[in-house]
Amino acid sequence: MPYISGNMNNLLYHFGNYFILMTKVFAKPEKKRIYYHQFLQELNNIGVSSLGIVLIISLFMGSVVTLQTAYNTESPFLPKYLIGLGCRDSMILEFSSTMIALIMAGKVGSNIASELGTMRITEQIDALEIMGINSASFLILPKIIASLFFFPLLTLISIITGIFGGWLSVVFTGVIPVPDFNYGLQYAFNPFFVTYTLIKSLFFAYIISSVSSYYGYTVEGGALEVGRASTKAVVYSSINVLLFNVILTQLLLS
Amino acid sequence: MIRVEHLTKVFDDKIVLEDISCTFEKGKTNLIIGQSGSGKTVLLKSIVGLIQPTKGDVYFGEVNFTKLNFIQKKDIRKKIGMLFQGAALFDSATVEENVMFPLHMFTTMSDEEKIERTNFCLERVNVTSANNLYPSEISGGMKKRVALARAIVLNPEYLFCDEPNSGLDPQTSILIDELIQDITKEFNTTTIVNTHDMNSVMGIGEKVMFIHNGRKAWEGDNKDILYSDNEELNQFVFANQMAQELRKARAGRNT
Repeated sequence: MPYISGNMNNLLYHFGNYFILMTKVFAKPEKKRIYYHQFLQELNNIGVSSLGIVLIISLFMGSVVTLQTAYNTESPFLPKYLIGLGCRDSMILEFSSTMIALIMAGKVGSNIASELGTMRITEQIDALEIMGINSASFLILPKIIASLFFFPLLTLISIITGIFGGWLSVVFTGVIPVPDFNYGLQYAFNPFFVTYTLIKSLFFAYIISSVSSYYGYTVEGGALEVGRASTKAVVYSSINVLLFNVILTQLLLS
Repeated sequence: MIRVEHLTKVFDDKIVLEDISCTFEKGKTNLIIGQSGSGKTVLLKSIVGLIQPTKGDVYFGEVNFTKLNFIQKKDIRKKIGMLFQGAALFDSATVEENVMFPLHMFTTMSDEEKIERTNFCLERVNVTSANNLYPSEISGGMKKRVALARAIVLNPEYLFCDEPNSGLDPQTSILIDELIQDITKEFNTTTIVNTHDMNSVMGIGEKVMFIHNGRKAWEGDNKDILYSDNEELNQFVFANQMAQELRKARAGRNT
């Protein structure tokens, strides 16, 4: 029992601190031009620099999903075009939002936490505070906005790349006829699935950027603690992404 | 002028500062000295508001700084320049961008004026031809000087320096000390320096406060410090072998 109550206290402590930090983050920006400059930098750090990994992973995942579906549904009762449909819907519904979010939690989350953590232990955050700058807002808000702006874009890019990867695998292996695959891609398309995945990506963007910022910003100690904060950022961002994936799916698709 | 009244800071159950009262004068380099872990940095951070004191007040002029909220504190913070122990330069910005940063945030100067002011401050601390270098590309002494340039770029009324000589060779330390003293006179700032370097104490300590175990144990200037009867202070001042020899020699002359 004391173990459970201790963990509960710890959870409430972090919840409280997280929301206090967020009230500081969403305060009115001091000088919008400087914030805009920061936002552009974060677009590059968070978004553009993640394009490569998103493209590579999506291309191969789309390809593998297509091949696995094809090899595991060799039934005369199932039409071949379902493989195209399976590739399209798995990319749109789950892979491009959730899987990419988990990968981004690892890449962007650890990057944000270690950057802010290092700034904290080297007193760079104190230097901002001394100047009378709201350091939480100045450092974290551009990261959150850049993530909200770029994650949906990455999701769309991932969908397109993944489907293209599936198409390539069909072309090069001949596992099913290409026209069947193309027909499956267009069959029973529900545009709301794209809206659903973009809504999810917005939530995931906020979760990853804000949770990672929280763990980085509140580091106390030295380099070891920065490493721990970075790990925590990835773990708790990922858990929250998975939790909200279930909640949002139930809310949006039920 | 900065006035500290009955300042106490407790972390969990540990009393780090206990009932500290003192005055730091304008146009002087005021030193806070003491052993590592004596509470110097906590005192300095409590004065500038990075740590909230458990009890007591800090007055900047006649304004009680500890009673102000974040927004109200901003007005005073714009008059503060601070040199941190590790310089605290922004890693992602060049030397020039670091010094120019407060100008971007708090002034309406044109770009030319900002560059002119930045170059003036960098020249003032003897940093030239390093404008486009990043902090990782310059030496520790240079980082401190750039941080000092950033601290004075807005013409501060109050200058705080936390262990400005830590990690520096004796020659560079003297250079930094002289810069701090010159800037204090030139800009007529209220300067508070945290240090445990006796060379700094003897060189620039116009007013010195000694902290021992979180309490103010002695106050005076660099002329009085060698003649104090305070045993803890003497242990601190005459800690090294050479200083002990000097002390013995002085005692021998007095008998």
